[in-house]
Amino acid sequence: MDTGNVILKLENIIKTYPGVTALDGVTIEINRGEVHAIVGENGAGKSTLIKTCTGAVKPDSGNIIIDSNTFKSLTPKESANQGIAVIYQEFNLVGELSIAENIYLGRALRKGITIDRKKMVEKSRAIFNQFGLDINPEELVRNLTVGYQQIVEIAKAMSQDAKILIMDEPSAPLTNQEVEAMYKIVDRLKEKGVTIIYISHRMNEIFRLSDRVTVMRDGEKIDTLDTSSTDINTLVKLMVGRELNETYPGRDFPIMEDILLEVKDLNGNGLHDINFKIQKGEVLGFAGLIGAGRTELAELIFGIKHAVSGTIYMNGKVLNCKSPKQAIDNGIALVPEDRKKLGAHLDISVRENTSIAILQRISKNSVVDKTKENEIAEYYREFLRIKTPHLEQKVKNLSGGNQQKVIIGKWLASDPDLIILDEPTRGIDVGAKFEIYSLVNSLVSEGKTILMISSEMEEIMGMSDRIIVLSEGRITGEFNKKDFDQEKIMAAASNIER
Amino acid sequence: MVLLVLFVFFAMTSSAFLKITNLINVARQISMLGIASVGMAFVLLLGGIDLSIGSVVTIVNIGIAWLMVKADVPPVIACTIALVGSTTIGFLNGYIIAKVKMPPLIVTLSSMIMIEGFAYIICKGVPIFGFPKGFAFIGQGYIGPVPFPVIILIFILAIGAYILNKTYFGRYFYAVGGNEEASKLSGINVDRVKYLVYSLSGFFAGIAGIVMLSRTNSGQVTSGKGFEFDVLTAVVLGGVSVNGGFGRISNVVAGVLIIGILSNGLVLLNVSAYIQMVIKGAVLMSAVAFDCIQKNKKTTHAVN
Repeated sequence: MDTGNVILKLENIIKTYPGVTALDGVTIEINRGEVHAIVGENGAGKSTLIKTCTGAVKPDSGNIIIDSNTFKSLTPKESANQGIAVIYQEFNLVGELSIAENIYLGRALRKGITIDRKKMVEKSRAIFNQFGLDINPEELVRNLTVGYQQIVEIAKAMSQDAKILIMDEPSAPLTNQEVEAMYKIVDRLKEKGVTIIYISHRMNEIFRLSDRVTVMRDGEKIDTLDTSSTDINTLVKLMVGRELNETYPGRDFPIMEDILLEVKDLNGNGLHDINFKIQKGEVLGFAGLIGAGRTELAELIFGIKHAVSGTIYMNGKVLNCKSPKQAIDNGIALVPEDRKKLGAHLDISVRENTSIAILQRISKNSVVDKTKENEIAEYYREFLRIKTPHLEQKVKNLSGGNQQKVIIGKWLASDPDLIILDEPTRGIDVGAKFEIYSLVNSLVSEGKTILMISSEMEEIMGMSDRIIVLSEGRITGEFNKKDFDQEKIMAAASNIER
Repeated sequence: MVLLVLFVFFAMTSSAFLKITNLINVARQISMLGIASVGMAFVLLLGGIDLSIGSVVTIVNIGIAWLMVKADVPPVIACTIALVGSTTIGFLNGYIIAKVKMPPLIVTLSSMIMIEGFAYIICKGVPIFGFPKGFAFIGQGYIGPVPFPVIILIFILAIGAYILNKTYFGRYFYAVGGNEEASKLSGINVDRVKYLVYSLSGFFAGIAGIVMLSRTNSGQVTSGKGFEFDVLTAVVLGGVSVNGGFGRISNVVAGVLIIGILSNGLVLLNVSAYIQMVIKGAVLMSAVAFDCIQKNKKTTHAVN
């Protein structure tokens, strides 16, 4: 069989689950040495497609043709033998082991029967140097933040000399600087002749990196285009089946004079001398690199961690939240960064997730008022347009974007005055992102105040009224909307003052 | 379904099984198991375990016996003291588990051994008997045709179901068992939930102990031995996952019945006590294995 230019072909792949058709006869050809992007809304079938390539999923029918070898299905081992490596959104790392040990997980370098730690550390360091990153390979993975763990995953795949590297939303938790470094690696991999399949929601990445892009929708392949001869609007239109007029919905609500939250001389949890104010009705964006301290600041405000010194005032009164419950009772809500681990109860229903923060409020004599609960859950399901077959659906069966909406619904139900959003659109497709932005606007129109942490420059510039930049635990910049400038914000974020 | 199979099996193989007296006996025997199962079910929902309940039953037995016989304390007061004691033991378990953040297995295992030691100290290894007449009613009396312990059992089951299905703190059991971090961030006081659950486990174990004492009519140091494993088996057979976050009281009833019928049937068939042990161990392992296999099936089917 003459495969010529095509290194991987998926032919008419069909995969169904009870009640859902994940892949409906998908045919895709990946050319040797290209960077091939796959885009589509959540639930389009992208994850299932790559799982078919890596052997995590066995298709019901269809062929997987790698070079000249045809397979009906793959096992993970066969897939690896064929030279396919993958970086998933969810990490396969062991927290208790070091970075080097994780990179060589299952393939530890040995000297006879003993593990050659020195060699693993050396080789790991070499990989990180390619990133231009100074990371200690002997550091334990559990001490790393989400962003750095991603980097370890990428290093792991790179150490396996893959022929075809599949990257599933690899840049999601990375900041702009690290994304730039990653672009360089993708370039270098391409030079080495590695074929890359790249799944991302970030349009600018698609256009920067890919040679061709395939659009998927509802389990079908819609089209494959040459990246150079298409544009964002065409792609989005194909992805969602409708046109998006603007990426960021306009907002025209006056910000009130009153100050809702004031932070004075706050120290603790890695932060130093934090001073700022938020006015009622404002959307205050917090920009910065990973590790800058934004999530840590949110933890202090929400009562998860305690400050060493300094005061937080809410509506003029001293706020001393010793626990999340106190924060909630004071009208603060926190939608956390890692929704699977911290935000949602995956094994229980949409209804139960929605009510969980306010159960005591809707209970009389300790008994939950189920009618009220259903009302509230139904209200938010409609308001947030959560795609779920019914309220009793377990949240783990929903797509990422809808899981995020359920979590937001839970917090809206607690009727907060201040909502802290930590990376609210991470790993969410374009269509759902727009919905969340519109949602932020409607919340503001109802008098809520938003504190938004985001690593996506465009997002934070598009949504905030004001941006505060954090770097290494300190405030290094503050910008009003009219002064928003990508370079200046980045400069403040990278500022290392001592 | 398993229940039906067992029932039919024993009905066919033993002539004594279906007699009314036997069935009532079974009902009475499982009542202690059932009462303690509610507490154990709560603990399992939390993702924890309580190995101390057997010893709690023992010390409740010894304690009440001692109070009534050696200290002439009226039964009602003796029982109350015992219940306060067993609940406190449960609370201490929960407190240590929550505050020191120790694995429940280790904490309750240690309490189990310590409490058993205390029981020996109190009675010096010698059984205590000679209880006031009225006391026997709890374990041996009837209301109409129904043995009193069964009535207590039904009452406790109802409370258990009520807590889990209706109350807001019952929901918290599921939430904390399913995702402790997310629960904390949703404003749930996870430590308090743990105190409550382990206290309840101690409380229900205490009630089970009172019923047992009233049935056997003598305070013995071996009374609770191995009890915790029977309870654990019943609860897991009743579909409560050892991983936490999943299970219902209604199914626990089935689990309790299965154990009860199994034990009873095996005795009627004259199966040796040693073989019974092997069978019981095998049942526990299969039940948990089944639970884990179910869990694995579920994750491979979840569409991402």
